[in-house]
Parts: sequence; structure tokens; C-alpha cells
Amino acid sequence: MNDKRTIIPIGPYHPLQEEGEFFKLYVEGERVVDMDIEIGYNHRGIEKLSESLHWDQSAFLVERICGICSSSHPFAYVNAVEDLAGFEISVRAKYIRSVVGELERLHSHLLWLGLAGHFIGYNTVWMWSWKYRELVCDILEFISGNRQHYAMMKIGGTRRDIEKKDIPQIEKMCNELVPVLDMFKGAVMDDPVIHARTKGVGILPKDVAIKYCVVGPTARASGLDMDIRRDDPYAAYGMVDWKVILAQNGDVFDKAAVRILEMYESVKIIRGCLEGLKKEPEGNFDLNVKEIPVGEGIGRHEAPRGEVFHYVRSDKSSRPVRHKIRAPSYVNVPSDQYAVKGQTISDAALILAAVDPCYCCTERVAVIDKEKNKKLMNGFDLIKLSQEKTEQIRKAL
Amino acid sequence: MNVIEQIKEKLGNKIKKYEEKNKKRFYFDISPSDIVSISKYLFDDIKLRFIIATGTDRRDGIEILYHFSDDKDGSVISFRVLITNKEKPEIETISHIIKGAEWIEREMWELLGINFKGHPNLKHLLLRDDWPEGDYPLRQGQGEGRK
Repeated sequence: MNDKRTIIPIGPYHPLQEEGEFFKLYVEGERVVDMDIEIGYNHRGIEKLSESLHWDQSAFLVERICGICSSSHPFAYVNAVEDLAGFEISVRAKYIRSVVGELERLHSHLLWLGLAGHFIGYNTVWMWSWKYRELVCDILEFISGNRQHYAMMKIGGTRRDIEKKDIPQIEKMCNELVPVLDMFKGAVMDDPVIHARTKGVGILPKDVAIKYCVVGPTARASGLDMDIRRDDPYAAYGMVDWKVILAQNGDVFDKAAVRILEMYESVKIIRGCLEGLKKEPEGNFDLNVKEIPVGEGIGRHEAPRGEVFHYVRSDKSSRPVRHKIRAPSYVNVPSDQYAVKGQTISDAALILAAVDPCYCCTERVAVIDKEKNKKLMNGFDLIKLSQEKTEQIRKAL
Repeated sequence: MNVIEQIKEKLGNKIKKYEEKNKKRFYFDISPSDIVSISKYLFDDIKLRFIIATGTDRRDGIEILYHFSDDKDGSVISFRVLITNKEKPEIETISHIIKGAEWIEREMWELLGINFKGHPNLKHLLLRDDWPEGDYPLRQGQGEGRK
């Protein structure tokens, strides 16, 4: 190896990149000249596991692939099985699926925005965006009973309904969220410091983006006009009014801008779907599927990070013969190899994060008494609190 | 003329079987020796996007489905090849034409034991480096899957 080169490792554990991915940066002085990517630290063999599960169980299994975009994989999976069998789901189910899909996009983009702020040392953006992300998570909990892993997708429909009486609360959240998005748009897109840190950094030109076959906001920031929701309409995306956000430069700033502007479109889609739901009769949201015929099917969904692809094959038994899954980060992460070349080490962590590789968060809350400087609640206290609350609800029922 | 008609006209006798599953999903059966020229035509000439490839262990051989997406009208066009030599499955790499196929070929090499001839970096992607040779998790009868 060239003796001027030094290796800087990012991962398998890195304080900013919390997941198990290993980026081996070759640097000359401050400049990154090459990079190797190693993955596989978190390989769980889900495709193989799916072959041993019932069609219905696989929806729950694929929901556990990612904690943040937990609804994307079941969404693509049910699309695939419905493509296989030729099922046409009810209009009501279509609207509900799209509402959940867009709520998920909102909270995922807010999470990424917070992390991006944190990566460049702008912790105000981090705290803000994670604070306002709670609005979305609360609504998801209101609809499905869970902040994450909503288990809403089911072959032939959805598992729960969004009833007429629930709609005003979701509309209220949309109304509260729009001023927040305005605030982020101002704070991020007009800030000279953020411009200096992100403009012209980690550029992925259009021709390279095509070669690496990247998808989602990473592709749209490089000027590739593609969005599965518009190109291959499924659920309610062809029934409501919205548009695809495009940028041209492919740098970190454009990736952030695409995500921020996409959130407005998500709110627009949710509002459109709620209007549609109001007109549909309640209750008709599940086909009650009993059997999956022989055949093969392909399902796609535009997840927050890009196109999720599922392929299933059936021999009319209760389990899939083959289930292939392609998550968006699988094609987006290799493109870092190009984007990071020629940049400085200090920008590397941000460029690697700009494609939004999946992260998972486990800790929820720690309350601290500032004056006495001690923790008021630890994990056990929280479990106790939750048990007491459950007991109260049970009594009230 | 839409993309499907273009492909049919250009590839002609290279297509062994054609199936239109529905208006957005198309399947073509082709011979393994044609995969390089066909993917060059699809990717470079008519600008389809490569999504991914699915490797499957079948009774009569190892099958690879190359999925391409036409983002203009939202259809998925899949090309099926069947490698009948299960003892030593081999096929030409397409990663020099499509950079985005590099990882999936490494994955199929380690999980199904398909040798991609001419691949620049054929080493383990998901499994650890000291994984025993000849033990392919996605072959039938392995682990928790179907027996």
C-alpha cells in the first residue's frame, strides 16, 4: 500500500453511526482517497426465516427488519402477495395504508433531520425536530396503539380502521405540524452556517447515481426523477393530489432540502386521504383472505429512504417458497464510496449519514432533577409507572 | 412503441418464454449465456433501472431473476435464467455494466454458491470471512427453512 496513506475506521461502532457498519477510510492527510464498506454485523437471515412462516406471520416478521420505517416492509410485502394473487383491496383500506405510510415518512424524515443537525454540531435542530417528531408518533400510537411497529398492514387490507371520530385528531396534528415544518425550512435552508457545511459536500452526480442504481431522496437529490408512489401507483397515491420533489446538485444540502420539502407533500397526502375516508362507508377494510394461489408476485413501496422491493413465490402451501427483500440502503450505501472520495475526514461522517442509513433507538426517557442533580426515574420506575397506569385503565373499564 | 415491444423486437429469438403477469409485471425466460449482452442493452440502451436479482434454489437447478424497473411507466420487467449445473453453478458477472449489481452478486455467491465469472471483488458480504466453504444457507434443506 502507498505509505502516504493512513486508514481511519468509522465503525463497527461509532458514536455517530450507531449501527453496525464498517467504513474503512483511506486518507492522505485530511483528504479521503478511497473507502471500503463492510456490512453483515446485523444479518438475521430474515429471507430464510420467512420460508418457515405462515403468509400472515411473515408480515410481522418483515415489520421487524427496521425499527424506524417499520411499516415499509410489510407495505411492500402485502403489495407483493396481492400482486401474486391478484387481490384488489377496498378503497377504504387503500386510504388507511397511505395515511400510515405518510405518517411514517414524516417521523422518519424528522428523525433524520435531527441526526443531521447533531452530526454538524447544530444540536438545536436535533432537539427541535425530535421534539416535534413526538406529534407524529403520538398520532401513530392513537391510530394503531404503538409508536413503532404499528402492525397495520395485512394481506387483503389493514388490521385496524381509522374511524370518522378519529379523523379530527389527525387533522389537528397536520395543522400543528405545518408551522413546525415552516420553522425547519427557515432554520435549515436559510442558515449560512448550514450552507457552508453542506453545500457542495459529498456530491453524487446524476450519471453516477444511475450507475449505482440509487433510490429515494438520495436519487431525487441528484436529479433522478423517480418515485414509486407516482410511477407505479399503489394504495391511495394515485387518488390524491401531490407532487414529487426534485433537486439537481446531489450534495448533502440537496438531500436535506428534498426531505424537508417532501414532508409538506406527506401532509398533503394525509389530508387528501382523510377527505377520501370521510366519504367511504366505515368497516369495509379487510378482504378476509384464506388462501394464496400458485404464482409469483412483486411488490414495491416508496419508503422514507427509497424503494423497498419484495418478491414472493407460492406453491399454494401456507408458506412462501421464496421471499426476496431489497431495502433501499442496500443500493444507497455503496454510493457513499463515490460521494466521500476527495472530501475531508471531518465531512465523512455527515456524507455517510446523508443517505440516511437505518438507525434504531431504544432508550425512551430519563427524568433528571436539576437542583439535586439526580435521576428521578430509572428503567424500573418507568415499568412500575406503566404497570400502575395499565391497572388504572383496567379498573376504569 | 412501448418498452416491452422494443425488447421483444430487439431480443427476438433470445427469448425462450414470455409471460405478462399483469399490466405492470413482465417475465422473460432467457439463456444464461445471453445475460451480459441483454443487461447491457437494458441498462445502457433503453435506460432501465436495475432493482435487484433474486437467486432461488430449485429442484432442477439454480434460478436467478434479474429485476429491472421502467420508471417511466412503473413496470417491473424480470429476466429469468436457470443454471442447470447445481454442483458448480456459474454465470458471467454483470457488475462491470451495472455497478449496483456488485453487492447482490457477492450475496448470491455466498448464500447460494453461484460463481460470478469476472466479478472484481467476490468476497463475503453478509457472512463472516471464516464461514465454511461449501455451506450455502439459501440452498434447500439448510437450517430452519423448508426441508
